Amino acid sequence: MIELNKITKTFRVAKRNAGLKESVKALFRKEYEEIRALSEVSFTIGEGEMVGYIGPNGAGKSSTIKIMSGVLTPDAGQCIINGRCPWKERKAHVKEIGVVFGQRSQLWWDAPVLDSFELIRDIYSVTPETYQKNLKRLTEMLDIGEIRKTPVRQLSLGQRMRCEIAASLLHDPKILFLDEPTIGLDAVSKIAVRDFIKSINREKGTTVILTTHDMQDIEALTDRILLIGKGKILLDGSLEELKGKYSGNKLITVEYAGNLPALPENVAALKNLDGHAELMADMSKMPVSGLISLLSEAVEVKDISVTGESIDEMVVRLYKEFEI
Amino acid sequence: MKKYLSFFRIRFQAGLQYRAAAFAGVATQFAWGFMLILMYRAFYRSGNQAFPMEFHQLSSYIWMQQALLALFMTWFFDGEIFDHITSGSVAYELCRPCELYGMWFVKNMAIRLSRVVLRCIPIFLVAALLPSPLGLTLPASAVHAAMFPFALLLGFLVMVSLSMLVYIGAFYTLSPVGIRIMAGTAMEFLCGGIIPIPFFPQWMQRIMALLPFGSIQNTPFLIYTGVMQPVQALKSMFIQLIWLGILLLIGSLSMRHALKKVVVQGG
Repeated sequence: MIELNKITKTFRVAKRNAGLKESVKALFRKEYEEIRALSEVSFTIGEGEMVGYIGPNGAGKSSTIKIMSGVLTPDAGQCIINGRCPWKERKAHVKEIGVVFGQRSQLWWDAPVLDSFELIRDIYSVTPETYQKNLKRLTEMLDIGEIRKTPVRQLSLGQRMRCEIAASLLHDPKILFLDEPTIGLDAVSKIAVRDFIKSINREKGTTVILTTHDMQDIEALTDRILLIGKGKILLDGSLEELKGKYSGNKLITVEYAGNLPALPENVAALKNLDGHAELMADMSKMPVSGLISLLSEAVEVKDISVTGESIDEMVVRLYKEFEI
Repeated sequence: MKKYLSFFRIRFQAGLQYRAAAFAGVATQFAWGFMLILMYRAFYRSGNQAFPMEFHQLSSYIWMQQALLALFMTWFFDGEIFDHITSGSVAYELCRPCELYGMWFVKNMAIRLSRVVLRCIPIFLVAALLPSPLGLTLPASAVHAAMFPFALLLGFLVMVSLSMLVYIGAFYTLSPVGIRIMAGTAMEFLCGGIIPIPFFPQWMQRIMALLPFGSIQNTPFLIYTGVMQPVQALKSMFIQLIWLGILLLIGSLSMRHALKKVVVQGG
């Protein structure tokens, strides 16, 4: 159970203009600017939920994760996770959470993966039986049996990420924070990671909070989305709601010969050039069949395709709507 | 406690891998040791004023210093810790149910010890075989020999706790380069790493004896060579103990303060 109530965090960032004169000036007097990373962020996440936390770069996603994992102390607000305040009872809190920061590594660079695992086992005081059991299960599920004895520096990014995820689950955490776990991975590794996250949530009831820029991650994994922008929670709802709001739009691409007819009001031409047109239509007002017959009556249609708006496009539209 | 032990173990093992570096280190230490001894010999031969140490004591001091360099080198810092601070990877270490101060302390001990284990044996062996008064002699007496390991351990712990303050300083400056160079060089001089402390003017010696720097390599080496008499040695070890307590306290308090306002850099 995760509860955030009006969490606020500001950072002080040194600022100076470009140029030599400015650099010299900054030696004597530094100017700082307060950046509000989070302002009054509140939400509640129940046990066993799987939540996608999205927002553009710099929106405050990582800051929220860091506050929830006890790394950062916010300026104001309350946060209670499993009955504890993460930054006040840090040690007790972190025993029950697992964290993967996709852009950093927790594995020992020079040593085989197993050495890192064993160190983590000792750090979290995992009993040998639990360790063996978890290690066996994670090895099978993440398919890392063959690379466990390889030094970390020789692993590919995808292999390493699978090991990172295994490392953060050795101590049976109740909550798993994943900060961009699929960044830079190829399609195969991405799918492996997604499947794994799904099954750990289903089988162990682990609460998963995931930040990502990859909308396919969100689509494959989470039912619930939290959208953050400029430090504020803008949207808290299910993926279905989001889709329901926007999936009424379809994109129709036509190759044709002749002159395009005048389009009805609820159809917008995004592109129309040399017999190639892309039309965006609101299906609730203009059914596809109607539009197609309208087109085929006026021009000679050579090729036509109808696609729904991708989730990426929906998110871009969301960002635009909230002006973030 | 076990987690710190295994943290020590993994770092110690990793440190033992660097055999080529150790080989080069041993060669450097030999050259440096010989150079220093020949230089001092010239001084001792030409000067007729009273020197604060006998020449054979000085030779032992220098060989000890070269053999145990890794324990007491003030300019040595673990680049990985600075990297963690500047790149923000420290976030991972903060997600562990351990005290960061303890983890980093243990890590520094492990690195230094792994280096010294590889380097000290050949230097001790060769230095002990050198003809007197150029070589390493046995401890001045049984009492000195008994006190030496304790003073050595205390000096080592004072050194590590002092370098911890430099790491913590990097949280505030966000770039460790300046603080690293400044602290390393100043401490090297004040510890007696360049010139043994007994060669300094009296008034400076009195100040240095009270600073934590005098409690690092100065105390154990002067005990070993017998420059310090047992009573004085006990006093110095007491000062070592006090400094260790003070530095540990300052270190863990300032670490707590740093972490409260820590900025985890880079996304």
